[in-house]
Amino acid sequence: MSTAVARDGFVLRSLARIGHMAIFLAQMLIQCGRVLARPVLVINQIYNAGGRSLVIIMLSGLFTGMVLALLGFTLLQRFGSTEALGFAAALALLKELGPVLTALLFAGRAGTALTSEIGLMRATDQLTAMQMMAVDPLRYVVAPRFLGGLISMPLLTAVYDVIGLFGAHVVGVRMMGVDNGSFWSQMQSSVDLRDVTEGIVKSLVFGFICSLIAVYEGYHAEPTAEGVGLATTRTVVASSVLTLLLDYMLTAAFI
Amino acid sequence: MAGQADPGQAAAVEAIVDVRDVHYSIAGRPIFSGLSLKAMRGEITAVMGPSGTGKTTLLRLMTAQIYADSGVVEVFGQNLGELSSRRTFELRKRMGMLFQNSALLSDMDVYENVAFPLREHTDLPEPLVRNLVLTKLNAVGLRGAAELMPAELSGGMARRVALARAIVMDPELLIYDEPFTGLDPIALGVILRLIQQLNQALGITTIVVSHDVHELASIAHRSYLMAAGQIVAQGTPADLAESTLPIVRQFMSGDPDGPAPFHYPAPDLRSELLSGDGP
Repeated sequence: MSTAVARDGFVLRSLARIGHMAIFLAQMLIQCGRVLARPVLVINQIYNAGGRSLVIIMLSGLFTGMVLALLGFTLLQRFGSTEALGFAAALALLKELGPVLTALLFAGRAGTALTSEIGLMRATDQLTAMQMMAVDPLRYVVAPRFLGGLISMPLLTAVYDVIGLFGAHVVGVRMMGVDNGSFWSQMQSSVDLRDVTEGIVKSLVFGFICSLIAVYEGYHAEPTAEGVGLATTRTVVASSVLTLLLDYMLTAAFI
Repeated sequence: MAGQADPGQAAAVEAIVDVRDVHYSIAGRPIFSGLSLKAMRGEITAVMGPSGTGKTTLLRLMTAQIYADSGVVEVFGQNLGELSSRRTFELRKRMGMLFQNSALLSDMDVYENVAFPLREHTDLPEPLVRNLVLTKLNAVGLRGAAELMPAELSGGMARRVALARAIVMDPELLIYDEPFTGLDPIALGVILRLIQQLNQALGITTIVVSHDVHELASIAHRSYLMAAGQIVAQGTPADLAESTLPIVRQFMSGDPDGPAPFHYPAPDLRSELLSGDGP
């Protein structure tokens, strides 16, 4: 009996949280339209969320591509088809690893920064001060950060993919001796627009969900040091789990 | 003394803030039980009381950050409970508020903090914005600190910048939450004089929430003393000073023994120490 009560309580709390987030999203989307009239606010946040994540994204992309080439070469060598390495690396990066790993890295770097920044603004009364100055924090603080994250994610994913392919080329062609022409021509002839579209759609969906969770958790953080810390943790956990869940659903949808 | 209120004149002037029979509770714990007070146009109204009596909560009610469970809170003749969020924001453009912890925007320098309301609500040309910002900063003695970031300011300096920001839109109502806390005597004197000058020179209706009795008594026209969720005494600072009510006497003289307990409710110290129970 107590298990059933606890389960019902969990379900109700979860539904209430989803409903609360939906209302928050609707209010924020209304403000997003107004924010677009002041692009400088969004551009600043693209720099904060995207520009400042570039180094970690490029390094991760490089190593991912290198590992991918090593494993791919070992596997393809068994079947005597190492010339397909470029195609295999491109497909893995464009469709799967690029969007997913970029989203996970984004949640860990930019997502936590967004949550803690907004949470600290709440804790130090900066959001209340804005309200008292008749400025809606959803318009001035939250919506630009959400849009900055949403726009940054596909751009970061593209950078990740390009650097990843460079890493795969360095290991596959320069170190393992795969033919340079085969590497690029196989990729060019076998990767089609649908594969690229899948990656773009995934990165947009992940950008939407990771940015939404980050700003939501920050805006509703308890105004204490512990509260901001917990909100930051929730951002990473929820963003990561939802990214992987949505990745499965989107992959299934594109098959 | 800043001229204590003439009761006859006070009755004729308009109440800018009118709080009537307000009840408010948090998680079932009553904070206000039938609280009423008024702040008259052009006056400095002091709201005093021991820590934890809900002074800041009262300010949040007056600025529509929270809403009363019952009762009426009117500001500029408008019932805050009936206003849409758009009209609430319009109303707030006529108010300025100085926060206890300054609440400066941490990603902007001092100049941009003070310019922020002007940039958001007006289309003034940049030279005019600059003149207004530097004038207000000069009034608080911090024109030379315009390029500093909030993290580089002392507590007293941050409070003065926050005051410059609060007055940059020339509000009709200015609300101060504990403006004297943590200030050195010089900064305290500056803030005290500024509150008085802003009230006298510009006629800004002023509400000051504080427990600094003597500072407030020197500038307030009307004082309210809060305790146990209600106004327990009101009048001019002189009225409060001469009051024979035990709670007023205790608060004005800073006596730990009296109707307002210094100790949070707890079992007897000796028995708790000997029993070994508790934390």
